[in-house]
Amino acid sequence: MKAYFSELFVGAWSLILGLKVTIKAFFGPVVTYQYPRTKLEVAPAFRNHIELIYDAQKEGHRCITCGSCMRECPSDCIIVEGEKQEGVKGKVLTNFQLDFTKCSLCGTCVEVCPTTALDYSDNYELAGYQRSDFYFDLLKRVQEQQK
Amino acid sequence: MEGNAIFQELFKMSMAMTGIMVLVFGNAILMAYFERKWSAHMHRRLGPMEVGPHGILQSIIDGVKLLGKQLIVPRDADRTLYRLAPILSMAPVVLAFIVFPFAPKLQAVDLEIALVFVLSMASLNVLAILIGGWGSNNKYGLFGAIRSVAQNVAYEVPMLLALLAVILVSNTLSFEGMVRAQQDLIWFVFLQPVAFLIYIVSGIAETNRAPFDLPEAESELTAGFHTEYSGMGFALFFLAEYTNMLIVASVAAFAFLGGYAGFPLPFFEYSGVIWYLAKVYLLMFFMVWVRFTYPRTRFDQLMNFSWTYLIPFALVNLLITAVVVKL
Repeated sequence: MKAYFSELFVGAWSLILGLKVTIKAFFGPVVTYQYPRTKLEVAPAFRNHIELIYDAQKEGHRCITCGSCMRECPSDCIIVEGEKQEGVKGKVLTNFQLDFTKCSLCGTCVEVCPTTALDYSDNYELAGYQRSDFYFDLLKRVQEQQK
Repeated sequence: MEGNAIFQELFKMSMAMTGIMVLVFGNAILMAYFERKWSAHMHRRLGPMEVGPHGILQSIIDGVKLLGKQLIVPRDADRTLYRLAPILSMAPVVLAFIVFPFAPKLQAVDLEIALVFVLSMASLNVLAILIGGWGSNNKYGLFGAIRSVAQNVAYEVPMLLALLAVILVSNTLSFEGMVRAQQDLIWFVFLQPVAFLIYIVSGIAETNRAPFDLPEAESELTAGFHTEYSGMGFALFFLAEYTNMLIVASVAAFAFLGGYAGFPLPFFEYSGVIWYLAKVYLLMFFMVWVRFTYPRTRFDQLMNFSWTYLIPFALVNLLITAVVVKL
């Protein structure tokens, strides 16, 4: 008889506590983002495809065409090309290609870069119809940013 | 002279029927939207947002979609029963509304045995579920139907016992009489709190809603009795479920919460409707709240709860009420 009533009261109390949980959530804030209309802030540590940073002081990228990233890349998805030019110290970058279809986002290129010319992009809306949509010309991208 | 009287009666009947149909379908559209919205906010989601501002046209769009769908009859199903079930599910629940007094003068028929009428009409739904589950020749449908019958038999008893206590106090079976008795005394929810609780619990079980939604238990029975139904066949079951919710909430409002009573609003004579709707939708919100709080009960738990807790408590409550009324 005692167990009968204690079960009733314990059960009823737990039911009331349950109702409290849901009503709190009901009046609480909504956590959904309406994606195409409102966008989440990208976390600073978010890893996406790499990008040449635009340096406002140099009015351009910081790449010295050392080729470290190309050599370190385990997936061989970076191509860096440069040439000597008259009156400019060191090599000048002429081509920086990223094949994002092969990239494993390991981040070795960003870590190894001696001039911190590389960083992860914020651009997460990546969807395409063919492979060539993911072959990025990073030099062109940074030059576009310059304009 | 006599022709005029017939015309008046016909006019009254068609007006009442129109009003009731508007209430029933409007309620289904509103509840389909609000149930999704309320549940969404309990999950900290937004719910429907795309069709119309804040998705208010969502349930209309869903209705149009269901109207446009093909009514598929499974090859081995019993055609007659299969087609009959959704209609049988919808028609009687609409009838229940003719005896509800929505405001002091707003009532189709003031039946002396209104409560019995409403309960019998509401429990016809079980028959429709049984026919639908049996007729669709589907094992899930049959399981759902059998569960529904067992559950409704178990929960009809405490429901009636709880309402019987109210009948003893108010000394009438008509809702108008109950409302007037509560105006003289006090709302029966304060006089009969145990009966109110028992009524609400068994009412949720009667409408086959979570946590007692065993007849359609999605995780076990796909969709239970309406597994095979498509298009408007499904929509009518869906409509009947929301209408049954409205009936349960209405009976609770009339029998326990004072019906259309409330301090008079300055608008018009029929302001009782506003109080009635406020009480009913508060109860509906509670039902949705319960649905999205508790997990589904197991079948033996469901039965044990009714036979070992609800019925004994209802009986004791009835006995005490009878003794007090007699004194």
